[in-house]
Amino acid sequence: MAQPEDLLYSREHEWVKLDGESATIGITDYAQEQLGDIVYVELPKIGTEIEQFFNVGVIESVKAVSDLFTPMSGKVVEINETLEGDPAAVNREPYGAGWLFKLKLTDPDEAKSLLNAAAYEKTTAG
Amino acid sequence: MKRTALHGEHVKLGAKLVPFGGFEMPVQYSSILKEHNAVRHRAGLFDLSHMGQFWLTGDMVADWADTLTTNAVATMKPMQARYNLFCNPAGGTHDDTIFYRLENRWLLVVNASNADKMWEHLNANRPASGVELENQHGKSALIAIQGPRSLAMLQPHVDVDLEALKYYFCIEGRVDGVPATIARTGYTGEDGFELFLSNDAAPKIWSTLLESHRGEGLEACGLGARDVLRLEAGMPLYGHELTEEITPVQAGLKWAVKTTKPEFLGKEALEGQIHGDDYSRIAGVVMGGRIPAREGYPVWHGGRLVGSIRSGSIAPSVDNKNVATALLEKAAATEATRLEIEIRGTKHEATVVPLPFYKRAK
Repeated sequence: MAQPEDLLYSREHEWVKLDGESATIGITDYAQEQLGDIVYVELPKIGTEIEQFFNVGVIESVKAVSDLFTPMSGKVVEINETLEGDPAAVNREPYGAGWLFKLKLTDPDEAKSLLNAAAYEKTTAG
Repeated sequence: MKRTALHGEHVKLGAKLVPFGGFEMPVQYSSILKEHNAVRHRAGLFDLSHMGQFWLTGDMVADWADTLTTNAVATMKPMQARYNLFCNPAGGTHDDTIFYRLENRWLLVVNASNADKMWEHLNANRPASGVELENQHGKSALIAIQGPRSLAMLQPHVDVDLEALKYYFCIEGRVDGVPATIARTGYTGEDGFELFLSNDAAPKIWSTLLESHRGEGLEACGLGARDVLRLEAGMPLYGHELTEEITPVQAGLKWAVKTTKPEFLGKEALEGQIHGDDYSRIAGVVMGGRIPAREGYPVWHGGRLVGSIRSGSIAPSVDNKNVATALLEKAAATEATRLEIEIRGTKHEATVVPLPFYKRAK
């Protein structure tokens, strides 16, 4: 799957969709592929302030528990509650129905430290 | 890292390979849950060539093996297979294995991760005469086909009547013309067969089976699916429900501990454990919520730490519940006991249930 061009990416395999002062966060297709069948997603609580690159939750596949990091700082304003009943949505549509949470950004300039699609693609090559 | 004879096939199929028991093995080809589903409803093909295969010959094999194992060897019928365990003097489990009594030799299949340890153990205890040992680990292949459709899929390839082959028996035959020991054994909780054959012949047999029956839903299955299947079926996995510290009695395998045998390594300790009946034991656990239980998570009951999780997974064949095994103090291991599993600092409700979690309809 090609990386969507309108997103930004972290080296920890999260994507960010910027919308002014807000952002939607998810994990990349490469990340879901590496994790395998996802069976549980633990997201940060609405209202919490989270800091760029810090551990904010957990994604569990059949075989493994993996930490979830946030690619940007901000206040959690919405979480994808459908993942509680359908965590496999992250496998099926990592850039769509499988989004994880939305932030009101603390510092939109943090986006400068993220990668564009082409640069991210290189980190997953080989 | 060692490779099995089927390594090239795994690469061709795009498998995700991981180190396991000294070999580079497929953990999954497509999806663990999809592969699991194939075995429960159709059939799955597994490469088990990483498992240790030892050939035992000589007049003394059965009597000698009976002094090292908990289950009976000498009473096995020709072409019978039997689950058996080797223990240390304290009763802890050295390995869990299967003996196959073939026409002119015995085949002992041991866990990959224990193969070196077991080879040393057998040689260190070998009598001066009457027992010859040959290490076939890595030299012979093992392919399993497991699932309700496995008989129908395999039958056209073999020159023996599979219907007539009883569970836990084997027969010498040919698979697509290649000599093989065909056993009705497995580790998935489904009907199925295991094919012991030469490394040279294995890739062709593997690809022929897969290509001939893919249309009927046969899937290549990795170790990930195998682990979920065996956990649902209540089968122990060495390193989890059985270790040098966990005895077969603790793991619920008393049926495979024949204390009527005059002597065997670990007998005294195991008899003492059965008699005292006060030991920690492996129990089935079902989580109340959606978070999977994982190995090592602490288990609490009535405010006390009573044990830990040994294996855990989502169980597609058990209503997608989160199931686990735990090693629990006796008082906490009785059915319907309410437990709390500590996950990342928070306690989550769980209940003790009988094993196995899943039993196939006969």
